[in-house]
Amino acid sequence: MDHPIKRDHARFKKIVKGKIRANLRRFVSQGEMPIPKGDGTFKIPMPSIETPRFRFGSEEQGGVGQGDGEPGDPVDGEPGEGEPGEGEVGEGEGKKSLEVDVSLDELASILGEELELPNIEPKGKKTMESVTERYTSIGSTGPDSLRHFKRTYREALKRQVSVGTYDPENPIIIPVRRDFRYRSANSKVEYENSAVVIYMMDVSGSMGDEQKEIVRTESFWINLWLKSQYKDIEVRYIIHDATAKEVDEKTFFSTRESGGTLISSAFKVCQDIIEKDYNPEEWNIYPFHFSDGDNWSADDTKMCLDLLDNVLLPASNMFCYGQVESRYGSGQFYKDLSEKYGESSDEIILSKIKDKDAIMDSIKDFLGKGN
Amino acid sequence: MQRTKPISGELLKIRDEVLQYALDYGLDFYPVVFEMCDYDTINILASQGGFPARYPHWRFGMDYDSMSKNYRFGMMRIYEMVINNDPVYAYLLNVNKTVDQKTVMAHVYGHADFFKNNAYFSGTDRNMIDVMANHGTKVRRFMDRYGQDKVEEFIDVVLSFENLLDVNQLFQLSPIKTKVDLTSMKDDIEDGASSSLKTFMRSKQRTEKAGKKTKLKKDVRVFEINNLELPTSDIMKFLAENAPIEDWQSDIISILREEAYYFLPQRMTKIINEGWASYWHSTIMTQNALNASEIVDFADHHAGVMAMSKQNINPYKIGIELLRDIEFRWNTGRFGKEYNECDDLHTKENWDKKLGLGREKIFEVRRSHNDLTFIDEFFTQEFCQRQQLFTYDFNPQSQRNEISERSFLEIKDKLLNQLTNFGNPVINVVSANYNNRGEMLMQHTHYGVDLDMGKAAETMHNIFLVWKRPVNLETIVEGKKSIYHFDGKELKVATEA
Repeated sequence: MDHPIKRDHARFKKIVKGKIRANLRRFVSQGEMPIPKGDGTFKIPMPSIETPRFRFGSEEQGGVGQGDGEPGDPVDGEPGEGEPGEGEVGEGEGKKSLEVDVSLDELASILGEELELPNIEPKGKKTMESVTERYTSIGSTGPDSLRHFKRTYREALKRQVSVGTYDPENPIIIPVRRDFRYRSANSKVEYENSAVVIYMMDVSGSMGDEQKEIVRTESFWINLWLKSQYKDIEVRYIIHDATAKEVDEKTFFSTRESGGTLISSAFKVCQDIIEKDYNPEEWNIYPFHFSDGDNWSADDTKMCLDLLDNVLLPASNMFCYGQVESRYGSGQFYKDLSEKYGESSDEIILSKIKDKDAIMDSIKDFLGKGN
Repeated sequence: MQRTKPISGELLKIRDEVLQYALDYGLDFYPVVFEMCDYDTINILASQGGFPARYPHWRFGMDYDSMSKNYRFGMMRIYEMVINNDPVYAYLLNVNKTVDQKTVMAHVYGHADFFKNNAYFSGTDRNMIDVMANHGTKVRRFMDRYGQDKVEEFIDVVLSFENLLDVNQLFQLSPIKTKVDLTSMKDDIEDGASSSLKTFMRSKQRTEKAGKKTKLKKDVRVFEINNLELPTSDIMKFLAENAPIEDWQSDIISILREEAYYFLPQRMTKIINEGWASYWHSTIMTQNALNASEIVDFADHHAGVMAMSKQNINPYKIGIELLRDIEFRWNTGRFGKEYNECDDLHTKENWDKKLGLGREKIFEVRRSHNDLTFIDEFFTQEFCQRQQLFTYDFNPQSQRNEISERSFLEIKDKLLNQLTNFGNPVINVVSANYNNRGEMLMQHTHYGVDLDMGKAAETMHNIFLVWKRPVNLETIVEGKKSIYHFDGKELKVATEA
């Protein structure tokens, strides 16, 4: 039987999950994004789980330290400065604000449960090759760090017994070069469904910082969900005003352009990307377009609709359009799209995002269909 | 599956050797049982305060979670864990080197001696492993009966005032009187019974006498509340006995209180206890047990444990250095009127009366001191300078903590402040019938540092959940006397001009 601590652990996980779920809307609408830690987990500040106690206000309290330095020198040392080597038994108090680590899958499943998102049915063949290396076999060469002690010992023992240098009274085994055994990898090729998300954003003058922040937050959560559904996922970014170009993630969220708006320019770049890199037979393609609904002219809108009909819609799993409300935007593009495709089409999904509080509902609009 | 196993083979020989050295030096302890375990087990034990069985609670799972992660990322490694019990249990991590195991054993004998001989530990229950396991059984039974969520939530609430203890209770922990007892019934359990047995018997007794509980009329409660022995800082006991809660809730408070008082001496003697154990591992290793091949590893690890920190004092370091300083002073006779009044620097520098009383003195110190008195009595100016101590303060301009000064009196003052009341604010219940409305009034004795009022408000909320009447807290905020009043909905402040 497992140790009872595993139950306490499961209970703790459940509480954390419950807290995240209860606060998910707040996280999302306040743009408080979990901090990715690089190892696939996210750090989420969780002060509410800490037991409150009467204690001293910590900031003004100051303290006593040890070491050299002049008055005025900071004591909050460089990162990496170690605590004393010996751990203390769990009576610690006055810890810094509590943070918990949550894995991507956990976070996505919380989002999925909260929004009741269906799992995505991928289309296409499993073509993406992914190679996983598992250290399951033994080889006679390798780096020291992978040396298999027991196998090496066994080889040395065998050799010494067979040549007669083994003395049961004084069982000293000395391995030589050819006794060494190392763990070595077996590669296993697996085929996965492949997916790409293409974000397009209008960065014309009418899209302010707040609108961009909404797009940023929304795309974070959309990525999170799609990542939990596909093993490998590629993300591409396009910005556009009157012309469009592909950019990296950082530029996507920080650029401030201005000028007119020709939505078709972005759709064309999107088309290029798909034609060049992503065969719709093999890829699950998710284009997202965010704008405030202004387009330069009715002609351009017509061009957009043509592009959608002939290129983008046939290639994509679904095409998502999110209209972020801004003071200057007319919202005309949404009307045009809804007139043509209807409010609840399966292949093109429309969503209006009024403000930050509406992000969650908009995510549900987009991902609620399971395409 | 047995998670720990007794040490065997080579380690047994080492244990016998180290044990003999410890006994030869005059250390005196209950039998010590060493158990070997893997890192997962040591993480489990550490997150449960060292004990193999505790009551179920999510926070043990939380500590386990963070410890496992820290271990995996190589940020922390537990070398030793030792439980104050008879016999003393100590756990060794199976991946440590032999020299580490040897050091840990010597260190553990130091702790074991301290547990047995230090006055502040004299009242601790030496069957705590069994008591903790019984608490686990009891809480699980409550959970079966009242629901896990309900019981766990109540434990969450109680943990909020778990630190509101009375240090004087350490020597004779007075049992919590049940409400049945309060209606003039005597606790007829034999005094000889161990406390684990007592709690068990008391719960039996309570069910038998449950019928009489109905007699508890409202006016009885009012009468009692006016006749309490106040003020008291044993707020756990106060609430267990006087709050209008159900018997199982009162039992939970009493379980947590018993455990809190058990851990209290360890919190009060961090510096001197770790100092004592480090003094002995260092002495035993360097003078007897080390092999030539082990010296470098030992020195490396010992130095790691003794590392100084700018943000905090390291109890291991200050503890061992202060004990060595005392040993040196009593060996050379650098104490007393004659030495203190000597104003010739040269004479003072070379003072040596060859008394050789050092060892004897530190044994005496380990018997009668806690951190507060230890620092108060032996922390001298020379020691302070030699240890390069300083005080730091928060600089609001740079938003950082900065070194403020190296003045002896300031440093000592701050250290003593940190150690007063085991580092917790001194809070007393002064009235259970405040404003003649059955409200609870607590008073914070202010020693210069304000409370964290955000946390205090949440804590008052939790106390309200137990007391079920408005809760008041008198304290000083930014130099002004203020009374905080929480009535279950909102927190109001009345500040004196």
